[in-house]
Amino acid sequence: MAQKLIDLADVVRSKNAGPYELTIDIIFDNIEDYNLVKEKAVITREKIAELYQVPLADVKDVIHFEPARAIKVTLKRPIPAGSPGERDVYGAQQHAPLLDLEL
Amino acid sequence: MQAEFKILAPTAILGYGFPIKSFEAGLTESPDIIAVDGGSTDPGPYYLGSGKSFTDREAVKRDLRLIIRGGQKLDIPVLVGTSGGSGADSHLNWTEKIVKELASEEGWNLKVALIGSQFDKEYLKAKLADGKISPLAPAEEIKSADIDNSTNIVGQMGIEPIIEALDNEPDVVLCGRAYDPTVFAAPAVKAGFKPGLAFHLGKILECASIAADPGSGSDCMLGTLKEDSFILKPLNQERRCTVTSVAAHTLYEKADPYHLTGPGGEIDLTDTEFTAISAREVEVTGSKFIPAETYTIKLEGAELAGYRTISLAGVRDPIMISQLDDILDSIRAMVRDNFDYLSEDDYQLIFKKYGQDGVMGDLEPNRNQPANYELGLVIEAIAKTQELADTICSFTRSSLLHYGYKGRKATAGNLAFPYSPSDFKGGEVYSFSLHHLLEVDDPIKPFKSETREFKGGN
Repeated sequence: MAQKLIDLADVVRSKNAGPYELTIDIIFDNIEDYNLVKEKAVITREKIAELYQVPLADVKDVIHFEPARAIKVTLKRPIPAGSPGERDVYGAQQHAPLLDLEL
Repeated sequence: MQAEFKILAPTAILGYGFPIKSFEAGLTESPDIIAVDGGSTDPGPYYLGSGKSFTDREAVKRDLRLIIRGGQKLDIPVLVGTSGGSGADSHLNWTEKIVKELASEEGWNLKVALIGSQFDKEYLKAKLADGKISPLAPAEEIKSADIDNSTNIVGQMGIEPIIEALDNEPDVVLCGRAYDPTVFAAPAVKAGFKPGLAFHLGKILECASIAADPGSGSDCMLGTLKEDSFILKPLNQERRCTVTSVAAHTLYEKADPYHLTGPGGEIDLTDTEFTAISAREVEVTGSKFIPAETYTIKLEGAELAGYRTISLAGVRDPIMISQLDDILDSIRAMVRDNFDYLSEDDYQLIFKKYGQDGVMGDLEPNRNQPANYELGLVIEAIAKTQELADTICSFTRSSLLHYGYKGRKATAGNLAFPYSPSDFKGGEVYSFSLHHLLEVDDPIKPFKSETREFKGGN
């Protein structure tokens, strides 16, 4: 059975980066797992666009931040935080679809 | 220049609290200042739009009492960023009143510097016409009317107005909207420390012990700035700073961890290194400040979007759940037909289906999969008036309760209401209207500074 991101990552979180964007952090507790996910290019703009069903243009470049063994990707919110129709003012529960991502 | 500059950061947001023991441990370290962030845009546009605080008055007063008492004891300044949660004039006045009350209750004689950050609409419209206001992506271009329609517009101050306010040697500095790191960085830069390190330290300290392990937004952190580094130490012995906890925090709430843009430039973390110097302390080196060619101030505004009424209900019937989307479409049509004299601009009807796609909506990858055995439903009406929101919500609720869908067995009613009354007035609804950059020639002039004396002593 394929390994999933939930099995490897120490932290998978989402949060507002200002009211108009959501930023997702995936953090590993060891450099080997970080490198594995980085080298396999598990997290790409295309993958995020597909998973969240948003246009590719709404997903920013994936950033690798080795000091924290972290991978970051930011996407445009469909509706700005707190505007009518919006669902998650802090953006803190938008990470879940990543947990089942297969490596 | 002094060799070290110590900053005591009691809590992540004024009003979130902190253990007295941690704070007192901080005071024994002989800090040069106590600084705290008072706000955020995270709680959403309502607070900026309405001019109210998202923090609780009694909790803010409790924190300020302890913090100012500590500042008075050591004769060091206390700085508060983004007073009252959003930093508009009403938020600043709210915080000022609390400080005034405390001065009277505690018998303090306080010199208080106030730095206002609410922007005048006519000034902004002239700047817009001059091409000095541009959207911060993904926000869009604005028109003059967007400025007029905003209830409150604030600008994030940089360190410059705070440095100027410190010249008067105030006991307390209350800032309107301030870029989060500034209340920590400004006194350190004034004392001669490097802005890159001071800003980066401020970026971490504004969340107090969130950067520790275990993290907490309600506990104290100490930052010690040196000539070429800074050191972070949690003041609760139960917590520690590790390379991972500090480095991971650098990512927090930001789109790009290497380049943190703020008023007047960016913090460049390309060469930043994090080193553990003890089991509980981390030293950070290499962070630089790169001044921008043009000084810009981030503007934030909010406008009224209408008035809200909601109704909460549960659905347990599997036949109903299997057809819910079709049923809700039919209800929408019924509402439209019944109030055919209203236009699309008069109201919005929103359904949130918890248990299906309530949390993520269009971003939910599983939204077309069968829902669970029960669903939570929020019926939400946003309308031009509270009365109309009540009407739309009420009509939708009663129509859905008795709607005869295909194959229905439960003919007595479709919804389980947990409460009576079933509908709740949510009051004013705001949207963010401005997320823009304003070009300025002078980083101090757009902010209104004044110093007041509160005499509580004899």
